[in-house]
Amino acid sequence: MLGALYKPCGGLYIHRMRRLASLIAITVLATACGGDDSVPSTLEGSAAAIHSGDCTPDTGGSITVWSGRSEDLIQPIVDAFACAEGIEVRMNYGDPTDLALALAEEGDRTQADVFLSKSPGAVGFLSAEGLLQELDSDLLDEVDSGNKAGDGTWVGISGRQRVLVYNLDNVSDDELPSSVFDLTGETYRGRVAIPATNGSFLDWFTVFRAQEGDDVATQWLADMVANDAIVTESNRPTVDAVGRGEFDFGLVNHYYNFQEAAAIGPDHRAENHVFDGDDIGSLVIVTAGGITASSDAVDDSQAFLSFLLGEGAQQFITDDTLEYPLSAGVDPNDVLPDLDDSGSDFDVDFDSLGDGLARSVEIIEASGITG
Amino acid sequence: MTATVDRRPPVGLRLSAAVAGTFFVLPAAYLIWRALTDDADPIGLIGQDAVLGPLRRTLVLAVLVSVTSAVIGTVSAWLVTRTDLPGRRVFDALVALPLVFPTFIGAAAMVRSLNPGGMIDDALTGVGLPSIPALDGLWGAWYVLTIFTYPYVHLSVAARFRRLPGSIEQSARLLGNSGLHVFTRIIVPQARTAITAGTLLVFLYTISDFGAVAILRYDTLTRAIEANFTGFNRPVALALALILLVLAALVVTAERWANARQPRVGTVRNLTPVRTPLGRGRWMGLGFVSILVLAGLVIPVAALLDWSIRGFDRAQRGGRGLTIDVGEMAGTTLNTVAVSAVTAVLAVLAVLPIALLVARHQSRVGSAAHALAIATFALPGLLVALAAKFWILQSDWTFATFDDSMITLIAAYVVRFVALAMGATLVAVQLVPDRFHDVARMAGADPLRRLTSIDLPLIWPGALGAAGLVLLSTMKELPISLLLTPIGFETLATRIFGSFSESFLAEAGLMALSLVVFSFVATWFLIIRPASRD
Repeated sequence: MLGALYKPCGGLYIHRMRRLASLIAITVLATACGGDDSVPSTLEGSAAAIHSGDCTPDTGGSITVWSGRSEDLIQPIVDAFACAEGIEVRMNYGDPTDLALALAEEGDRTQADVFLSKSPGAVGFLSAEGLLQELDSDLLDEVDSGNKAGDGTWVGISGRQRVLVYNLDNVSDDELPSSVFDLTGETYRGRVAIPATNGSFLDWFTVFRAQEGDDVATQWLADMVANDAIVTESNRPTVDAVGRGEFDFGLVNHYYNFQEAAAIGPDHRAENHVFDGDDIGSLVIVTAGGITASSDAVDDSQAFLSFLLGEGAQQFITDDTLEYPLSAGVDPNDVLPDLDDSGSDFDVDFDSLGDGLARSVEIIEASGITG
Repeated sequence: MTATVDRRPPVGLRLSAAVAGTFFVLPAAYLIWRALTDDADPIGLIGQDAVLGPLRRTLVLAVLVSVTSAVIGTVSAWLVTRTDLPGRRVFDALVALPLVFPTFIGAAAMVRSLNPGGMIDDALTGVGLPSIPALDGLWGAWYVLTIFTYPYVHLSVAARFRRLPGSIEQSARLLGNSGLHVFTRIIVPQARTAITAGTLLVFLYTISDFGAVAILRYDTLTRAIEANFTGFNRPVALALALILLVLAALVVTAERWANARQPRVGTVRNLTPVRTPLGRGRWMGLGFVSILVLAGLVIPVAALLDWSIRGFDRAQRGGRGLTIDVGEMAGTTLNTVAVSAVTAVLAVLAVLPIALLVARHQSRVGSAAHALAIATFALPGLLVALAAKFWILQSDWTFATFDDSMITLIAAYVVRFVALAMGATLVAVQLVPDRFHDVARMAGADPLRRLTSIDLPLIWPGALGAAGLVLLSTMKELPISLLLTPIGFETLATRIFGSFSESFLAEAGLMALSLVVFSFVATWFLIIRPASRD
C-alpha cells in the first residue's frame, strides 16, 4: 500500500502535494473501513461456542461499551451477543483507569452505555462520582452478594484470585507460606516482588485495610518494605520476571501465570501458590461492569451484562481466559484450584473501594516501597 | 548587508502562529483549571520526601539520558550523512527506528532478552560467560531510555548535516586537520542548534515517560503521577503533573536563553554532499552504528520474534489459537500509518509560521507559541487526551462536532508532538540566508512567491526530518490513541497495549513487529529517499 504513496518524479512540489493528498485519502478510507459493526448471519470460531445457531435479525438497537477488559479476552463474547440479540455493540477499548477518568470528564454527556473494568476500583470510582445507575435486581441476583456493589451500581463478571507466584527452580516446597503475613519473615528477605501501585494490588490492599484495619495493613506494608520487598510495575512483568528466575516470588493475580505459561511454554518456570483459604492473601477480586447513569439504551445494556453472566459467556471466561466464573452455575475450569476447597469465599465489602483507593495510594507512597 | 531585511512580521504569519499557539495552550490550561477545581496543592506537596525523591531521580535520569543521547545521536548523524560509511543509507533509516517502540513493550522486550533467564543471558551463561548486569533502576532506565531517545538527536542533527556546505570540511582538510578534528571543531559547532533542539526533546521525553521507568523499576515523578491516577487520587496526580510542567517550562526557557546568544550560521544549497573518507576508521564507524542497531533493534526484536514464534508453535500444536489474523493486522497497520502521516504533515504546517516568526522577526507571539509548543511535550499523553475531552465539552456544538471524531484525534496528536517538529523546522528556517530574500524582493517577488521559491525548497530537508520525528512518535502513541480514537478505529499501539497487558504475548509481539517494519518502510520512503535525492 505504501508503495503507491511514493511516486518517483523530479518536480519539487507537485508530487509532494499529490503524496499528501493520497495520504489524506487513505486516512478517510481507513476511517470508513474501521467501523464495520454489522451483524453477521452466523458465527465462527470461539464466538460460535458461546452462541450457536443463527443470528437474530438486526433489531436496530445499539450500545456503546467502554471496556477496560482487553479485546483478546472479550471480543468473542461481544460478537456472540451481537449475533444472539441482534444488537449492535460499539466497543471502545482502553486502560480502565484512563477510561474512568475520561468518563468523569464527560459526565452525563458521555456516549458510553456500559463500562467494563478489570477490577472494582474503576467502577467504584464512577459509582462514587454518581455516574453509574442502579442495575435491575434480576441481573444483580445472578451473582453472590460479595460479587457486586452494595448499592447495586455494578456487578462482577469474573473472578481473579490473589496468589503468590513462585519460581520452580529457586523455591523449595517448604518455603511456600500459608499466609501473606509470613512474607515479612527472614526467609523472604529481598525475594518478593509486589506491583505496589498497580490497580489490582490497590484493590486488594484497600479491601485488606477494610477487613483487618488500617493499622494492620499499614504495618504489614512497612514490614514488607523493611524486608526488602521489590516493587514492580504490574502483574505481567512480575510474572515474567519470576518465570525467568529474576525474582523468586510475586504477589499477583492468578490469571497472569496461566497466560504466561500458555504463551511461553515449559520455559516459563513458575507456578501459582494459593495461601490458606481464610487468609486475606487469597482474596478473589472481581472484574466488573456497570451501566452509565446517562445511558439511553438501558434495556439493551442490561441485556449485554446479562449475556456476560449467562452460561455461554461464563463457560468461555473460565475455559478460554482461565478466570473464575461467577454465575449461571458454571464450574471453574479443571486447571483452576477450587475456591470452595481453599474456602477463600470472603464476604467482601467492595464498596470501600470507591473512596478507599486514594487513601491506599497515600499509604503506599508514604511507605517508601516505591523508592 | 542585512540592513534591508524587513523585520516587521506579516499579519498572516502572526495570526497563524496565534491560532496554533492557542491550541498548544489547551492542555496546560486544562491542567491548571482542573488543579484549581480539584484543590490540588503542588506547593504543599513539593516539600514532601515522597515528592522530592522522585523529582530528584527524574532530574538525574533526564540529565544522564540527555547527555548520552546527544553524543550518540550526533555521531550517528555525522556517520550516515557526511562520511563514506558503508551502507550509510540503510543505517540512516535503521538507527532512527528505536524511536518507534512504545516504551512499555520496548523496555519489556529488552528485559526479556537481557535480564536473568532471558534469551541473551541464557546464551551467554550457556557458554560459560558471565551474566550482563540486570537492566534495573537508574542504570537500566538510563540505558533503555538512551537507546529509545537518541533518534530525536539523530534525526534533528542529520537534517542539519544534510544542509551543511561541504566546503568547510574540504578547507579544513586541505589545511591538514584530521577527521576527528574536523568533526569536533568544525562540524559539531555548525550543528549546535540542532543538537540542543534534539537534546531538549530527549530531556522532555525522559521526564514524561512512564513505560520505561515503570518496567525498570525506577521511581520518578511520572510513576507517582500514574500511581495517584490509578488510585483516583486526582488532586495529587494533577499537582505532580503541574510540577512536571513547571520543570519543563524552566528547561525550555533556559534553552531559549542559551540559544539566543548564538550566532546564526549560514548555508548553501548543497547539491553534491561532501563525504569525509573514514579510512581505517570506517570499521570503527561501522562498529558504532552496528552496536546501535543491535541494542536498539535486534535485541528488542529478538524478544518480539520469540513471543510470536512461541504463539504460532502453540497454535500449531493445538493449543490456544491466536486472537488476531492477517486482515486485522493489516487494517490496524494501515490505520496507524495513515493517521501518523497526516499528523506529521499537519504538525510541520502548524510549526512553520511559528518557526518563520522566531527565526526572522523578534516576535512575542512567535516566541510564546514556540515555548508553549515545546513545554507541552513534557505533559503525559493522558493529560492531553483528558484535556481534549474537557475542551470539546465546553459547548453543544463542539461536542456534537468533535466527540468521537478523527479531527479531535489528529489535533491531539499534533498538540502532543508539535514540539518534535519545532526544533528541526526552526533550524531549517534559520538556515535560509537573508540575502536570498533581499535579492528576490528587489526582483519584485511578493511574499508568497518568496515563500514557495526560496523558503520551501531550502527548508524541505529539515521539514522532512521534523515530519519523520512526528511520524515515528505518533505511530507508537498510546494514551491519546486509547481515549480519542473514534469507535472501531484501532491503532497498532492500542492493540499491542491491550494484548500485552493481558499477557497475549504472541499477538502483542506480532503487532509490534508490524509496527517496526512499517516504521522502517515509512522512514525510508518519506524521509531517507526524498532527503538524499535532492
